[in-house]
Amino acid sequence: MPTMNFAEAIRDALRIEMERDPNVYLIGEDVGTFGNVFGVTKGLIDQFGEKRVRDTPITESAIIGAAVGSAACGLRPVAEIMYIDFIGVALDQLYNQAAKMRYMFGGKITIPMVLRSACGAGRGSAAQHSQSLEAWFMHVPGLRVVMPSTPADAKGLLITAIRDDNPVVFLEHKLLYNTKGEVPEGEYTIPFGQADIKREGKDVTVVATARMVHYALNAAEKLAADGIDVEIVDPRTLSPLDEDTILDSVKKTHKLVIVHEEVKFAGSGAEIAAMVAEKAFDYLDGPILRVAAPFCPVPFAPSLETEFIPSEEKIIEGVKTVVQG
Amino acid sequence: MPIPKKKMIEMYTTMMKIRMFETKVSELFAANKIPGVVHLYIGEEAVATGVCATLRDTDYITSTHRGHGHLLAKGGDVKLMLAEVFGKKTGYCKGKGGSMHIADIDLGILGANGIVGGGPPLAAGAALAAQYKGTDGVAVCFFGDGASNQGTTHEAMNLAACWKLPVVFVNENNMYGLSSCALNTMCVADVADRAAAFGIPGVVVDGNDVIAVYEAAVEAVKRARKGQGPTLLECKTYRHRGHTEGDPGTAYRSKEEIEEWKKKDPIPRFEKRLLQGKVLTKQTMESILTTIANELAAGEQFAEESPYPETSDLTTDVYVD
Ligand SMILES: Cc1ncc(C[n+]2csc(CCOP(=O)(O)OP(=O)(O)O)c2C)c(N)n1
Ligand SMILES: [Mg+2]
Repeated sequence: MPTMNFAEAIRDALRIEMERDPNVYLIGEDVGTFGNVFGVTKGLIDQFGEKRVRDTPITESAIIGAAVGSAACGLRPVAEIMYIDFIGVALDQLYNQAAKMRYMFGGKITIPMVLRSACGAGRGSAAQHSQSLEAWFMHVPGLRVVMPSTPADAKGLLITAIRDDNPVVFLEHKLLYNTKGEVPEGEYTIPFGQADIKREGKDVTVVATARMVHYALNAAEKLAADGIDVEIVDPRTLSPLDEDTILDSVKKTHKLVIVHEEVKFAGSGAEIAAMVAEKAFDYLDGPILRVAAPFCPVPFAPSLETEFIPSEEKIIEGVKTVVQG
Repeated sequence: MPIPKKKMIEMYTTMMKIRMFETKVSELFAANKIPGVVHLYIGEEAVATGVCATLRDTDYITSTHRGHGHLLAKGGDVKLMLAEVFGKKTGYCKGKGGSMHIADIDLGILGANGIVGGGPPLAAGAALAAQYKGTDGVAVCFFGDGASNQGTTHEAMNLAACWKLPVVFVNENNMYGLSSCALNTMCVADVADRAAAFGIPGVVVDGNDVIAVYEAAVEAVKRARKGQGPTLLECKTYRHRGHTEGDPGTAYRSKEEIEEWKKKDPIPRFEKRLLQGKVLTKQTMESILTTIANELAAGEQFAEESPYPETSDLTTDVYVD
């Protein structure tokens, strides 16, 4: 299996889908010759031309709106918002238009679009270029929310996203772009709502997303040395959420820690914790614990940003708290 | 009316301060002393300088991601700015904001902004406050050619026009929004043409000529103060550096174009004028530069020696207690 990084895996998925379906096109700022600020779309304009790799003015509302409108009329746009923080400028087009049109129109329309965007902290980009906002999108009926952690998952999930007939928000943690992994060649899909067990274990379940999956994996290795066997569940899609895989894991380990980079308060972990409490309370040996960011904007200073992002140490500490009761 | 000599010297000092500040930031960034990203204003100094030279401390500005020049021209403190850019506790925002979020409310600086098009509605709001309170305060909104395509910008101009708000929309047309050339992102020759859509004056000036910028800004600010409403003032300029430090800026701009514009550098042009008009001598210029260099050196030392914020600072300042 070839090895590639996360950005290349995404590009691979885009290329495969654009070759397969002439209605798939890209739209966004600096996605053409510049190839996206993280190099994700590099070279695609050379292969597919300006008609299908569309550079836009700085105009997020119109980017999403054009994607929604053209999706309603038979195209399959992959729109890009450079940083998810910029979605606020265009939110109406996403949550009032794209997400609700099918329902409002009595199921008479489909909006097969993907919104790709970079999220996450860790590059000193401060409060308006570093956020994790997945819970916002999870809260909107009609949207699908995808958050891959590995190159292979990113590729398979993006192909699924492009083929899905619903609006999909596809969140790419910017510090994952350079991470490498084995990626199957050619086309393959990963179904939405299917979590992946990134590490099997019997003592405690850790549900983690995106970059936190890797932190959790590292933490698990260290915890193994202390005799704690961690199972790591990566939901991969937050909406739909694979409740069964999480519940099965909790029923086996009886302990749950949830790790995400979003702020803890009303973050995606709150939904997961509530779901487990509702459906598997009797299986739990003790309280559910969340390791997540504190309730503040992402700070600029390195000393603060490091503290903001959940660390391996905090995951280890959290797991020990839960395991040792 | 001729521009007073004092004003000319003040503008020269401001332009040089911006140029030297940005050059220092560029060096410090290259030396890995500055986290995150910085967008430099080198080449565009005449715009912020000419406009802010017409403002009072009590007037407001909204800035952009490329904000150092605006802040310095509005009186921003070099030490506090450098410390902030370093992410230090002693900086303007206690290290929480960084280059893209510096603000000084006492100087009417309502913040640099990480959101392209974030500023214009805020400027309309600041102008509304001035109108509401019956002061003759003015708000200036700096925004790029790229930002001129945002809905927020158009909405702000329309609202300001409808309510005759005392705001001057200063478009810094450096021809590029990141990698996108303005020729491909708008279909009017000048951003100022868009003023017609809102029924406000649209004025184009050579943004590399500080005197031209100043004179046009005087008119626009006068109009605003008199309650006659907003003006869209477009300043044609060019950024010498890449979009951010680290971007060579040559993937989407030709070397020839960059060289052409460097010949139109606003600073030598103004220097020549000052010398010919005998406003300044080479010697007095030198002494101005020495003063700035000393201020920058002190600022750098202050920033270097200052501590980073402590982890206990992480969740403070989120709410008013
Ligand atoms: C809403 C939003 N969209 C996109 C960006 C990314 N971005 C930052 S600066 C920039 C270019 C801005 O161009 P312009 O307004 O002309 O200002 P300049 O950089 O030329 O000073 C872009 C696309 C952003 N920060 N915010
Ligand atoms: Mg520009």
